[in-house]
Amino acid sequence: MLTSKNAKLHLAKYLKEGLRYDSRKLDEYRDIKIETGVSNTAEGSAKVTLGKTEVIAGIKLSLEKPYPDTPDSGNLMVEVSLPSLASPEYESGPPGIDAIEFSRVVDRGIREGKVVDTKKLCMEPGEKVWSISIDIVVINNDGNIIDASGIAAMAALLDTTMPKVEGNTVNYKEKTKDRLPIDSWVVPATVHKIGEHFLVDLTCEEEEASDGRLTLAAKEDGRIYALQKGGDIPLTKEDLATMLKLGLDSGKKSLARLKEVLK
Amino acid sequence: MGEVKVSNKQVVIPGEILAEGMDYVPTGAAYREEDKILSMQTGLVEVSNRVIKVIPLSGPYFPREGDTIIGRISDVLLSGWRVEIDMAYEAILPVKDAVNEFVGRGADLSKYFDIGDLIFCTVSRVTSQMLIDLSMKDRNSRKLFGGRLLSIAPVKIPRVIGKKASMVAMLKNATGCKVYVGKNGLIWIDGEPKMEQVLANALQMIDEQAHTSGLTERVKKFLEKETGNKIGDNDEFQQKN
Amino acid sequence: MMSFSKRTDGRSLTDLRPMEAKVGVIDKADGSAYFKIGNTAAYAAVYGPKQMLPRFMQDPRRGVLRCSYSMMPFSGMGERVRPGQNRRAKEISMVTEKALLPVVDIEKFPNSVVDVFIELPQTDAGSRCAGITAAALALADAGIPMKDMVSSVACGKIDDKLLVDLSYEEEAFDGEVCDIPFAFMHNSGKITLLQGDGVVDTDSLLKLFDMAKEAAGKVYEVQKNALLEKYKVEGDLDADQ
Repeated sequence: MLTSKNAKLHLAKYLKEGLRYDSRKLDEYRDIKIETGVSNTAEGSAKVTLGKTEVIAGIKLSLEKPYPDTPDSGNLMVEVSLPSLASPEYESGPPGIDAIEFSRVVDRGIREGKVVDTKKLCMEPGEKVWSISIDIVVINNDGNIIDASGIAAMAALLDTTMPKVEGNTVNYKEKTKDRLPIDSWVVPATVHKIGEHFLVDLTCEEEEASDGRLTLAAKEDGRIYALQKGGDIPLTKEDLATMLKLGLDSGKKSLARLKEVLK
Repeated sequence: MGEVKVSNKQVVIPGEILAEGMDYVPTGAAYREEDKILSMQTGLVEVSNRVIKVIPLSGPYFPREGDTIIGRISDVLLSGWRVEIDMAYEAILPVKDAVNEFVGRGADLSKYFDIGDLIFCTVSRVTSQMLIDLSMKDRNSRKLFGGRLLSIAPVKIPRVIGKKASMVAMLKNATGCKVYVGKNGLIWIDGEPKMEQVLANALQMIDEQAHTSGLTERVKKFLEKETGNKIGDNDEFQQKN
Repeated sequence: MMSFSKRTDGRSLTDLRPMEAKVGVIDKADGSAYFKIGNTAAYAAVYGPKQMLPRFMQDPRRGVLRCSYSMMPFSGMGERVRPGQNRRAKEISMVTEKALLPVVDIEKFPNSVVDVFIELPQTDAGSRCAGITAAALALADAGIPMKDMVSSVACGKIDDKLLVDLSYEEEAFDGEVCDIPFAFMHNSGKITLLQGDGVVDTDSLLKLFDMAKEAAGKVYEVQKNALLEKYKVEGDLDADQ
């Protein structure tokens, strides 16, 4: 879609009055809709919509050899994919740098936040552990993919039930009543800077005007487990302080929403 | 002899049989195959006398000479510019149809139009191989500075313009915004942020309800409610584009 | 070896699994659809006509239809499916294209491409058929000119029984099985997809053709309703203006 050359200047007129193109405030997210159990072939799944942005997270479990440096812990991997289905901007082929960045940021939040107690996923030290694959697929891109992906991944993990193990193999057709050992809840929150203003949950149109962004992944207590600065402009310490506060507040609200839906 | 199988204002889907027999003439998205008339697209049926028309409810823009559209300069060439017009083909704006003054050979054309500039212009020529020429000679043609660009399905643009341009005039007068409507589905707006929001919402309404009747009245009521201004029934709407 | 006597989900031999369909589910696409049959679900999105790149793939006589089928990593019945198109996905992409090409008319758009992307969030046999059905819906939603609708369903033979719409469990039956995906053009009743996996004789195959055609007719009704549903006028639009 074509955009105006001076898109940034035009949006700035709105931001100055505390307005955005839709009726939200600068620190307001679009309605976060969360639905679990959306893929019955996944061991756990969730669909998250943020306005028109829609993503599906699916969890697959398998029994693998552990990573050599963590012989008594389960494995975890996160991959965000941006299929051509979801946007005219997404190209076919192997993951581009955007997909890689989003994957790694969401991964860090879950891994460093120790969301899953991977020590409890060890079946046989050094030999056999549960391996969790978290795949997040974007269905429609209208901005803020990182946050939507992180929330979906968290919801999918909470939705997961362990399949039955028969000897050395997994019987995917039969589920047990066991859940994953979830220790804590972590979600990402991304804050953007446009001109002198800070806002959250940007649509695609707003993202085109963004000067820079900061993503943080935090728990309810405000401890931060992942950070990522993006965009072209340098940030001052004051910028950082403002963005951290805005990000933490937003993260708390997203976690509250998750709790509401998954109680 | 011959039978119409659908009724006026009915929504039909591709391949749906609209009539049988040789008595009827297909137009719009309706087509004839042997003794049947069928639809090529999802659309609204319009039957009058022996003409069966299907007005498509979605579909790609097909440029015609005389169409006023919005484009973006994508490249500066030796004797003109390449323009993106939000479809499968790019168009050319030749310098002789864009600038009134004499432009010497080798002149730097970017001082007239540079990459990224938005223009409101006219389609002057379309060949069978989809080579498209544009012109800025019409007095309504101009560069569009700033503003916000919105997109709507090209088939709905006639509803945005309205009969005798009444809808777009109403939108402009009620919100005080500048509005340029491109037949290629692009709409450029520029005004006070709160009024732009009202305008964008009104356009959203038109997008969602383009296939219904009574739309103009509903948009009018919406605009009155949101702007607090009464819109006269007999206002002479000055329409320049 | 047990002989096949009854379907585990209580269906008759000619029953399809429950179906649901919706169009316009992916806002950024020019057209889109979601189709579910039993536990197999498919999203399809259409982008185009747009410029065909790489250039050497352009056809100066008409637009090109390009289909891409992909399973989401968590959509397989067993372990995770590695992302990226494997050979099976490439073959399915190709037959999907061939199944839709006879009805799509993009002669007016030379050198362009209409891209159809299909992604499945969960599968339980009949996935290529669900993909084709969703793709045809998405093309109709996008307003890409189509002479007819295409509806797809798989039929098969287990032991001596002929059945419609096999589930994964049925396909995996320990005995003589064949699975035959079909796709039909609605009006002409001609097939645009035919594949076979397993053991079948000519007699059975010709009987299956008729069964599949009738089943495809039921799929067509679901597709038609999905398109009409989008344009249904719910209640009184004037009510709370």
